[in-house]
Formats: sequence, C-alpha cells, structure tokens
Amino acid sequence: MTDLTSLTLAEARDGLAGKQFTALELTDAFLAAIEQANPSLNAYVAVTADQARAMARISGNTLAKGKGRALEGIPLGIKDLFATKGVHTQACSQVLDGFKPTYESTVTQNLWDAGAVMLGKLNMDEFAMGSSNETSYYGPVVNPWRASGKNADLVPGGSSGGSATAVAASLCLGATATDTGGSIRQPAALTGTVGIKPTYGRCSRWGVVAFASSLDQAGPIAKTVRDAAILLKAMASHDPKDTTSADLPVPDYEAALGKGIKGLKVGVPKEYRIDGMPAEIEKLWQQGIDWLKAAGATIHEVSLPHTKLALPAYYIVAPAEASSNLARYDGMRYGLRVPGKDLIETYEKSRAQGFGKEVKRRIIIGTYVLSAGYYDAYYLQAQKVRTLIKRDFDEAYQKVDVLLTPATPNAAFPLRSMSNDPIQMYLNDIFTVTVNMAGLPGIAVPAGLAPDGLPLGLQLIGKAFDEETLFRAAEVIEQAAGRFPVSNRWWTGAAPGKSRKTS
Amino acid sequence: MPATPRPAPVSARLQGATGPWELVIGLEVHAQVASNAKLFSGASTGFGAPPNSHVSLVDAAMPGMLPVINKECVAQAIRTGLGLKAQINLMSTFDRKNYFYPDLPQGYQISQFKQPVVGEGVVVLDMADGEIEVGIERLHLEQDAGKSLHDQHPDYSYVDLNRSGVALMEIVSKPDMRSAEEAKAYVTKLRTILRYLGTCDGDMEKGNLRADVNVSVRRPGEPFGTRCEIKNVNSIRFIGQAIEAEARRQIDIKEDGGAIVQETRLYDPNKGETRSMRSKEEAHDYRYFPDPDLLPLEFTQSYVDGLAKGLPELPDAKRARFIKDGLSPYDASVLVAEKANADFFELVAKDRDGKMSANWVINELFGRLNKEGLDVGASPMSAKQLGGIIDLIASGSISGKIAKDLFEIVWTEGGDPARLVEERGLKQVTDLGAIEKAVDDIIAANPDKVEQVKLKPTALGWFVGAVMKSTGGKANPAAVNEILKKKLGIV
Repeated sequence: MTDLTSLTLAEARDGLAGKQFTALELTDAFLAAIEQANPSLNAYVAVTADQARAMARISGNTLAKGKGRALEGIPLGIKDLFATKGVHTQACSQVLDGFKPTYESTVTQNLWDAGAVMLGKLNMDEFAMGSSNETSYYGPVVNPWRASGKNADLVPGGSSGGSATAVAASLCLGATATDTGGSIRQPAALTGTVGIKPTYGRCSRWGVVAFASSLDQAGPIAKTVRDAAILLKAMASHDPKDTTSADLPVPDYEAALGKGIKGLKVGVPKEYRIDGMPAEIEKLWQQGIDWLKAAGATIHEVSLPHTKLALPAYYIVAPAEASSNLARYDGMRYGLRVPGKDLIETYEKSRAQGFGKEVKRRIIIGTYVLSAGYYDAYYLQAQKVRTLIKRDFDEAYQKVDVLLTPATPNAAFPLRSMSNDPIQMYLNDIFTVTVNMAGLPGIAVPAGLAPDGLPLGLQLIGKAFDEETLFRAAEVIEQAAGRFPVSNRWWTGAAPGKSRKTS
Repeated sequence: MPATPRPAPVSARLQGATGPWELVIGLEVHAQVASNAKLFSGASTGFGAPPNSHVSLVDAAMPGMLPVINKECVAQAIRTGLGLKAQINLMSTFDRKNYFYPDLPQGYQISQFKQPVVGEGVVVLDMADGEIEVGIERLHLEQDAGKSLHDQHPDYSYVDLNRSGVALMEIVSKPDMRSAEEAKAYVTKLRTILRYLGTCDGDMEKGNLRADVNVSVRRPGEPFGTRCEIKNVNSIRFIGQAIEAEARRQIDIKEDGGAIVQETRLYDPNKGETRSMRSKEEAHDYRYFPDPDLLPLEFTQSYVDGLAKGLPELPDAKRARFIKDGLSPYDASVLVAEKANADFFELVAKDRDGKMSANWVINELFGRLNKEGLDVGASPMSAKQLGGIIDLIASGSISGKIAKDLFEIVWTEGGDPARLVEERGLKQVTDLGAIEKAVDDIIAANPDKVEQVKLKPTALGWFVGAVMKSTGGKANPAAVNEILKKKLGIV
C-alpha cells in the first residue's frame, strides 16, 4: 500500500471517498509520521492524538454513509496562533504558558465544520515575529530540506515554519498559517510548498492571537495549488465577530483551476529587481515569466515606485500595533505570572521572562514610534507610505491582472546564521511585506531548485479578493515546474531518496 | 473658545488678600450610556451583579478576541449630540489609549481621540441673573475600565470586570464657566438633558455620571491661567466644593508669588481640599493610535434624521411651552428640572387650569414629597387624585381651605377625592337658605358687631369668619360675603 502520508490532500480526499482507506488509517499514518519526525524537525508543539482519532472515527462514519463534507477525514496541523478549545494555544510564547482557551477560532471551527481532523498545534516564531522560526519558546523548527551533500540544519523560514515543515515533511495534509509580512509565503518558498495569504478580510481574525491587526491574515500552506485552493475555501468566511472581515461570498477556488491563463496580463514590477539579487533568483523569475508567456499570458513591465519604502514602513506599523496588542499579556489573568514585590515589579518580571528577545525588540520599537513627539515622524509617516503603496498597486492593476515576483531573496539558510542580525533577517520579507501593507492576496508557489538543491519559490500578487486568478496562474507555474517533494527524508534514518514512493 | 472669554459676573468673583479673582472652569463629564450591552461586547451592563459575572471574552481581553461596535450605544451618542444641539460627525474613528493597569485587561482603552462622533454644541443655563451658554467642545464614545478592590484580601487587590467595556460618553465642555454655581448648574442641566433623552440615567451614586473638573484663576480681564484637573468627582455638591477649594488654593499660591503647576488632583470631601495625584511630568504617554481592529464609524444623515425624529421634547422646549401656557418662568423651571416631575405635572394639568395645577403640584405635592424625602415616583398620591382635588375646587364643591384638608386625607388614607367629599360631608354649602339662616343667627347674636361694621365696613371679615366657623367651613365663601353685605347694608 502507498504511504498514505505522501498523498496530496486532493488525492487523500478521493481515496477516502473511494473507500481505498479509512479516515482512521489516514490519521494514524500521520500520527506515526509525526512521532518519528518530530524529535528531529520540531514542527509540532502539541500533538492531539486522542482528539485526532476521535475526529477521524466520526469522519469515518460520515464517509461510510456517503455524506462526507469538503474536508471529511483530512488530517491537518494548526499553527499555535489559532485558538483551539481546550488545546495548547500559546503563540509559542512563554508568556502564555499553560493557556488553553475556552473558545475555538472561526477559521479552525470552519475546518472542523468541514470534517477536518486536528493532528496538533504547529511550532512558529513567538507571536509570529520572525522569518526563521528561531524565536519560538519551544525551540527552532528544522527544515526537512538539506543542501546537496550537506548535513547542516536549515531554517524553514517563518513565522509559519512549523506549518511549512509539517506540510513539506508530510506530517499533515495541509496546515493553517498566518501572514503579517510574509509568514506564509516565505516559509512556503523555503520548503517547496504552496502558501497563499488571501486578501485582508477574507479569513476571520477572531480567535487568532493578534500580532499586527491591520496586517494579520490567515491562510493555508499545502502541498499543491489545488490543495491550497481546497483549504482556503474551507477556512474563509465572513464573520460578524471580526468587523474587518469581508462580507463577500467565498468562491469555489478549486473550480477556478484548470482554466488556463490565456490572455492574462501579467505585470513584472521593475522595483523588485534589487541590488545584489542572487543569479538563481533572477533566473527563476525569468523562467516564471517564460512559463506564463508560453501559457498564453502577456507580460508587461510595471512600476511600483514606493516598494523600497515598504519594509521600513512595515517595521514601524507592525511593531506599533504589536506593542499595543501584546499589552494584555500582563501576568494578571492567564499565562505566566512571575510575582514581584508590587504590581509594577510583577508586570516587569512577568513580561521580562515571558517574552523572548525578538518580541521585546518589537514592543520597544512599537512603543517608541507611538510616543509623544515621535508619532508624527514615524507612525504617521509610515501610514502615509502605506497609502502610497496601495496607490502603486491600484495604478499597476489598471494595466495588468496579476503581478509576478520572486517570493524570497534567497533559499533556506542555516540555523542561527542570521539570528544575531535582525536587519538581515528582516530583509527576508522584502518581496512579501508590500502585499500585506496593501492588503492584497499573494501566493508563493515552488518553481525550481537553487544550485545547492534547495527549493525556491515565485510569488503572484493579485487584485483584492481575486484569489481565483492567483490559483489559476500558480497552477500554470506548478505544472511547468513540477512539484518539489523532499527527496532526502533524513529524519527517518532511511537512505536518501529511498523512503518516499510516489503514487 | 471665544476671543474675549466671558468675564465672570462681579458677584462670582472671589476676594483674595490682594484683590478680586475670577474662576475659569471647564468640565469633562463621563456619562454611562444607557444600554443593555457593553460598547464592544454582548455582555450585560446590569448594576449590582456579583463580581466578574458580566464579563465576556472580549472584556477579559482573552487572546484573539476582537471588539464589535454596539450600534445602540452609537445611536445613544447621536441622540445625546442632537440634544446638545451639536454637530454630528457622519465619520468618526476609534483610537487606543495605551496604559497598564489591572482593571484595564486589554492594556488599552478604546476611545475616540482624533475624530469624535459628536462635535461642538451648547447647553443653556438659567442663572439667577439671566441665561448663560456653555459651549460643548465634543462628545466621544469610550470604554469604561473595571474596578480594583483593595479591601478584600490583606496581600492582594482584586479586580471586578463587570464595568470593563461598558460604554461611556465623555462630554467635554469649553472653559465657559465662571463660578462653582455655574458648574453645578451645568452638570445639573446636562444630567436633566441626558435623562430626558434616556441616554444616561445620570445616577451619580452608582458612578454612572462623574466629572473631571478643570479649574484655573485669573485677575479680571487677564488671559486664562494655568489649570489643574480634579479627577472623578462624583456628586454635584462635591463638584461645587472641589472648585471652591481648588480656586482658594490657587489664589493663595498666586498671592504668595507662586505659580500654579499643571497637574492632576483629587478632591477629598472629608478634608474639603484637593491634593496632587500626578504632575504633568508624571503624566502617562498614552500613545494614542487608530484601533486597527475597528473600521471607521460611519452612518448616513438620514439615519441621524431618523433618530432626531424620535427624540422626546427636551427641557428647554418644554419650559417654553409651559410659560406659553401661563406658568411663571420660575414654576416652569422647577417643573422641567426632572422629567418625571414634568410628566406628573402634565398629567395633572391635562384639561385643567395650568397655573392652578402648577401651584398644587409644586407647593403642595412637591413640598410634601420633599419633606418626606420621596421622589415623585414614590408619591402616595397619584396625578389622578391630585387632579380630582383640583376639579372639586374649580367646580366650587369645596373651598381652598377644605381642599388642603382633603389633600391631607388623600395623602395619608388614599381614596377618590370626590367620594371622600361626599362621604365625609365636606361639600361646600351653597344652599342660600342655610347660609342665610347662619348669617341671621350671627347677626342676631352680635348686635355690637353689627354696629361696628356699619361704621367700619372692613370689619365684615369677622362676620365671614364667624359664619364659616358655624358652618364647619363648608359654606361657599362668596355666597357668605354676598348675603352678609346685603343683610348688613354694606355696598
């Protein structure tokens, strides 16, 4: 029998419907894979095996009656940022030590309502602040990929490093993730998986631990474009509990696939051709242009003149909001409390111990840029930049339907190689943050391998609420480039290339 | 503020050792919005519930929770703005005011800093020497905090979050008041307007209406001085006392050659003085910024117009109508001060003489209620009963004197006034034969008085009194007068 964990979500769905295997068999296969892999990869911070099996049994009954819902019996991993009732929900921070909510986030509730099975909670950068998954209180996630002929552990990207690794290493059929400045797309690109950050407002933020409210958006990381389309359809909804969620119907994204891109106008923003861009990224980008052209799209150079201001402005807006959003972690009502001699000292000790270095750095930056006398110079300026960035995109979309850019400026890098250089680390998001600043949808799709054998991704950026075009165009790249499953499953102890069968 | 701020009336000046001083006062009133649910959560706003029983996940600031605006609170703010004849802003925004305190679970208060829902308006005060106008700077919506309890445990403070997230309207006046009397009149009038509108119950004992008072002093004609803010004063009487105490403190400092330091102070009603809470240097940096969880608050002019149509008659309009209906300005002011009083009066005055009704409501009923420490809602006498008494006077069935006795009976025993008059034989005697007989008897028994009254017609009063006495007060006084005059030959 085929290794069930190697299936795509769509294949598993069809296999379940065709009764080739049961939902419980599928879930058990993933639980076994997690048990084997997690000591090496550290993708899961909590495994909910009993719950998973109970959900799988229910799905099994539903499937047996032929009444399977969209994700019936599909085992998923959930980023630790999503509130899951009665289950570990700590944003991978010590400050939320022991916190188990009494409520379920709207996004995860939507998934369970569609029949999905929860395998557990996935590792991430603390409060989603990071681009390497090294800021987690639970330790770094290790990328399942290794450079050819090397054994050095690489980062999976962040902040959804656990989600990306779990999908790439076949420890779930898909994962929820969130993206504030690139936290879905960058780790997807660094692990050879597909990740889409939908339009701001497409998925409810209710029950998702907030980092930067005006930028945070949930989305899936999946093995294929089709899987991502299936997952996003299930995750998205209008939610009256989140007034920033969009009151728009959610299209059937899977139905948009296979329609090709003939006549699609693809823009190539010249400002993304940055100094010192590695040759392989340049090459990959050109390759993507050629594939889309070959599929019938027309290519147009466009200008997004304020692109270079996006990253600095992002590192004002996001920390400003975070400094306020994270004020509630004060040791008073839940999570960690380190008692001091009085109230102020209890605040200080709880927050000093509860937050990691990167989170503290951003709280301090955010507090500073909102302070009296600095607000106008920093926060207000950043908001103006944001308006200009939105205008750039509005103008570009007068001429084109979608934009094609690299997803990241580099492939996966070794663990701890950047963690002492925050600026270098922040530059990982250079191609992704503009999309958050403008509230637009963006998808990262694997498009090739670097010379050292590590995966690289391309990014497609769409018009607001036009995720369908992104899926259509991403599928064209996926078909041209082929898929990039991890070839060396080193964590299984098996010989390279031998452990994985393809169906 | 006006280019030449209104000078204080000379009578309102405070005398210092070195000459007269003027007060300049502005108020920030926090009024709890009358609504069933909190500003951003569905939790109840009920008063007096066990601690932490009215707390939603949003109020407790659990991770991932989001605020959703309560539309009824917005409608109440708009109604209040309309009642203050204020600019209603069709687009306003919510900001976060950031600070740490255990009764503030989010670590920030959601408020409206830059663009409030209501802009400039006006409140008219009736002072002894005429009307004055107090400008409204703005009205905005914000969340209340929870309550810290410091007396529940020897080592810990407890926090009750029932109030956390309850909607408040902060109503900011311009610095247009010049005396403690004016400030008290302003809060009183504002409270009256809010209660008429039904947008705040104005209950200061429950903390549902409280004021931050800004006070400065200056020499007459000089520009504004440095102000101090007295926080959280929770009764109208204390507002007056706090202003007087603070003004005296500032005058003493200035007369001793010192300067006022801008700071936040607290009023201690036991000591009758204000004391420093924190100075400007210690003031929080609240780091206001737009709340990214909330979209701008937007509504249409037609929505506002719809709310305007549903507004009740407000005190100024009601007062004008009462005066038009024949009441004195004083009576009209007394009646409109409390909506329940005005409503009671209108029930009594319906189809009856307004002035007479006002006299009976104000002098007899309110006088008696006051004496007993009751408000009109707890009156043992209904509007129907009081109206019944007035009807009996108007129809000549009883005299004014009997009416007062009847009032006493109805107050203590209850019952229908008309029936009581019948049952107890209180009915005025208008049977001329009976009166004539009584008059004849008095005249026959008092020949000396008859002689006197012929010389001095004003002595008729003695005869009237005697006849009334002999008829138990039930004789119609007009008829008595007429018959007496005829029989005694007085023209």
